[in-house]
Amino acid sequence: MGLLDRLAPRKSEPAPRPQGPASGPVDDPVFSTKALPKFLSCLTSRALPVLLDLGPVVGSNVGFFGEQLGCKIFVEDIFADLDRHVREGKLDQLPAFLKQRFPQADGEVDGILCWDLIDYLDKPAAQELATQLMRVLRPDGALLGFFGNAPPQDARYTKFIIVDDVNLKHRSYAASRGRQTSLLNRDIIRLFSGLRVSDSFLLKNNLREILFRKPV
Amino acid sequence: MEKDIVNIGKSVVIKGELNGSEDLTIEGHVEGTIQLKEHVLTIGPNGRIKAQVFAKSVIVLGEVTGNVTASEKVDIRDNGSVDGDIISPRVAIAEGAHFRGSVDMQRKAGGAQPQAVAAKPATPQAAAASQPAAAQPAQKVGA
Repeated sequence: MGLLDRLAPRKSEPAPRPQGPASGPVDDPVFSTKALPKFLSCLTSRALPVLLDLGPVVGSNVGFFGEQLGCKIFVEDIFADLDRHVREGKLDQLPAFLKQRFPQADGEVDGILCWDLIDYLDKPAAQELATQLMRVLRPDGALLGFFGNAPPQDARYTKFIIVDDVNLKHRSYAASRGRQTSLLNRDIIRLFSGLRVSDSFLLKNNLREILFRKPV
Repeated sequence: MEKDIVNIGKSVVIKGELNGSEDLTIEGHVEGTIQLKEHVLTIGPNGRIKAQVFAKSVIVLGEVTGNVTASEKVDIRDNGSVDGDIISPRVAIAEGAHFRGSVDMQRKAGGAQPQAVAAKPATPQAAAASQPAAAQPAQKVGA
């Protein structure tokens, strides 16, 4: 079965009624993604792939990966953890927290959706997160990360909502801190030194999409 | 024909095993195991569950800590919260809902039997809720 077959709705089932985040405000900006189809190809090459999503739970994304791609999905909302640490004034404890945060076994995960989380972290937390993600990712597994090019002034996180395999919506929501930095490509590559860059794209909206693969 | 729906009220606390053969709405507190093999379980806005849940369909408007297995559908509504692993062929999660854990839509729910769950709980709280409550008195709801 090819990727497109797996992405198509099952003909035996009625068309899904839009619900949850997908039925939210109609003016959520939509942008084309270059890296997502490649990430999906990595996932669909496996039977019953395991996906780790580091963003807030998005019902339609769960349906997309669970029903259409047959993934088992771990939802680990690290943005919520970050927010809690900021509110409680315990940001210095975030790296130690992240070290214990992921219950997944070594090499258990086939794909990781990191979204733009790294942009919001201080360097020690980002490094610890990267270490843990490299640990849980299986050899030949894929990690998709987004990286901004300019730190915005307002404290907002972004939910990324999958429209289809080449389009994403993004919806911002209130946060306790804004982006901390705009990492250079070489800093990102150093951060994920156990992975290799498979593809890198600069989108028209200035978002960098980087797809990493774990060497076999 | 009128369909019976049993309601466990806000002030009710149940610890142990809850079995039923009709639809059930919980507004109170339940700890242990809930089994409604062929029926719909609704956790109302005031419901607080620390349990393994097995049902045909589960609708969550309150709080669930523990693993949820449904043979048809799990529906987490706005302000509903689940900390635990979900096994169900269909899962709907509304905007504003809280979820932490894993979702597995491919594994057969096995007629909502307790043996169907082998997944590692998402959180220590979910793990604690998933412990069998063998020492607790059994509660039967419905006939």
